[in-house]
Amino acid sequence: MSGTALPALPLPAPRRLGHAGFWLASAVAALALILALRGFGSEYAYFAATFVLQYVVLATAWNILGGYAGYVNFGAAAFFAAGAYTTVAIGKALGLGLLPCIGFAALVGGALGLGTGILTLRLRGAYFAIATLCLSVVLQTIVVNWSYVGGSRGAYVLRPREVPFGFDSYSGFLCAVVVVLAAAAVAIARTIEKSRLGLGLAALRDDEAAAEAAGVPTLRLKLIATTISGAMMAVAGAPLPYLGSYVEPNSAFGLAYAVNAIAMPLIGGTASWAGPLIGAVLLASLQQAATVTISSAANLMIVGVVLVVFVCAAPHGIIGLFRGRR
Amino acid sequence: MDPDLALLLNGVVSGLLLGGLYAAAAAGLSVSFGMLDVVNIAHPAFMVLGALLVAVLWGATGLDPLLLSLLLTPAFWALGALIYVAYHHFFERRGDEAIQGLAFFFGIMFIIEVGLVMTLGPEQHFADAAYANTTWRIGEIDLPLRMLVPAAVALAAIGALALFLRRSFTGRAIAAVAQDREALRLLAIDPVRIKRLAFGISVAMAALAGGALVVVQPVDAWSGHIFIGRVFAIVIMGGLASLGGCVLAALAFGVVENVTATFYGPSWSPAVAFGCLLLVLAIRPQGLFGRAA
Repeated sequence: MSGTALPALPLPAPRRLGHAGFWLASAVAALALILALRGFGSEYAYFAATFVLQYVVLATAWNILGGYAGYVNFGAAAFFAAGAYTTVAIGKALGLGLLPCIGFAALVGGALGLGTGILTLRLRGAYFAIATLCLSVVLQTIVVNWSYVGGSRGAYVLRPREVPFGFDSYSGFLCAVVVVLAAAAVAIARTIEKSRLGLGLAALRDDEAAAEAAGVPTLRLKLIATTISGAMMAVAGAPLPYLGSYVEPNSAFGLAYAVNAIAMPLIGGTASWAGPLIGAVLLASLQQAATVTISSAANLMIVGVVLVVFVCAAPHGIIGLFRGRR
Repeated sequence: MDPDLALLLNGVVSGLLLGGLYAAAAAGLSVSFGMLDVVNIAHPAFMVLGALLVAVLWGATGLDPLLLSLLLTPAFWALGALIYVAYHHFFERRGDEAIQGLAFFFGIMFIIEVGLVMTLGPEQHFADAAYANTTWRIGEIDLPLRMLVPAAVALAAIGALALFLRRSFTGRAIAAVAQDREALRLLAIDPVRIKRLAFGISVAMAALAGGALVVVQPVDAWSGHIFIGRVFAIVIMGGLASLGGCVLAALAFGVVENVTATFYGPSWSPAVAFGCLLLVLAIRPQGLFGRAA
């Protein structure tokens, strides 16, 4: 399903493609993907594509902090769930549809990212990772105790009856939204990577003290990266309530999101925008296939084994493998 | 006695007992994460592996669970040593342990848990010790042996470990490798061998903690998740390399969690405890009992 649509994604871009060119290429790729899925027209194809693409957004977002700046965020699930619960809360409070909720999710995720950053980014490496893990627990506890969004019972979100913009079904619309989000996420990641911000992040990843000494404003860059990354992870989670029509804290904060958000960029390669994209498409398709054909326990096993094998055998991901050959 | 006061006292005492369990879980991590700088995020998963193996062996033999976990420690030591060899070969030697190593242990954690689900099933397992249903009472305070015995055994094991680290030559070498591995090499001690030994000890401690855990509560394959945050929180609050600080932090953590649970309901206790950790990290990143770097 999603596998057949893959050729529509942008081919490795020529070296000198400018920012505008890359955004245009991603827009074209997104449009082509939407039309291809439309051609398929099956509900399952929409579901599987949405599943895979939400991971593209999540992995790309994680990589902005984890890959470019080298700060491991174990709390990806917290940001993801924050997005999902923003959709639930805003939808319930203001009666808004999915698109405005995505905007709100970006604000909430960005604020959360900035707050975490201010609190923890003075810490190095493992401390930051553990602080994000704690953030995830604190946030989950708050959601469990917050009865307005359903508490531990979870919340139902009904899909609207009318389908916007002439799509054939709501799943089709949802899928198209996520395609656009994924294309935008990849384009944002690439823009950051090639900008001064990206260079600064790479410098502080390689040696923070040296970067600081050379005049890179490390704390400010890290805060910007955490904010953008948090906002994008929340955006990735925003469509989740509509995908299953139901969210509950245990699944929304599930470790599966956290582990996937880390595994996908590492498998693809963390240094470039294409890494998380390749990793997410590969791993999420594999999981979707394993869930359908074997069992959902097996799909987690596959993630674990693939992750361990890759970090041992190919420490720079699939991209690194190809770079090494050349 | 005033009922509120009795409730508070009981909350504090059972919090201390809970803290004993947390200390058992965190002590191994204090060795691997605090001293060796190996961020073994799979530590709670090893603990759960130990707990479920104890439960299975208990079902087969009927021996005391804590004794069984003690019998398991050599096997876990070997497992830990093996994993350290792989970790060293693939990551530490190349110097990219930061992200790749974390991901490696994350993957190991997943493999252990899913492996347990696939072999033993997703249901909860338990092991009943002979003393599990006895409760001592001192005045208004309840001392359930189900909590007291594992906590006492755990503290005894940590005491023995601390003694080993302070008195024996190998133990002092482990403490030294945490501070300066090059200096260790100058003394003709192989730091890799020492770290392998120490990592094995940390995983063996996880087996012991698993035995304590399965006496206290039924365990399923995913039980480790709620411990990941806790044990790292405790080790950091304890100031990383200090076993004494780790025990004190564990007791404090247990009391804070338990008193919150007693007065505001158990669903709030994790948030309070982790809120404390976030504050500690923000204000005093070297831990409550640690020295500034």
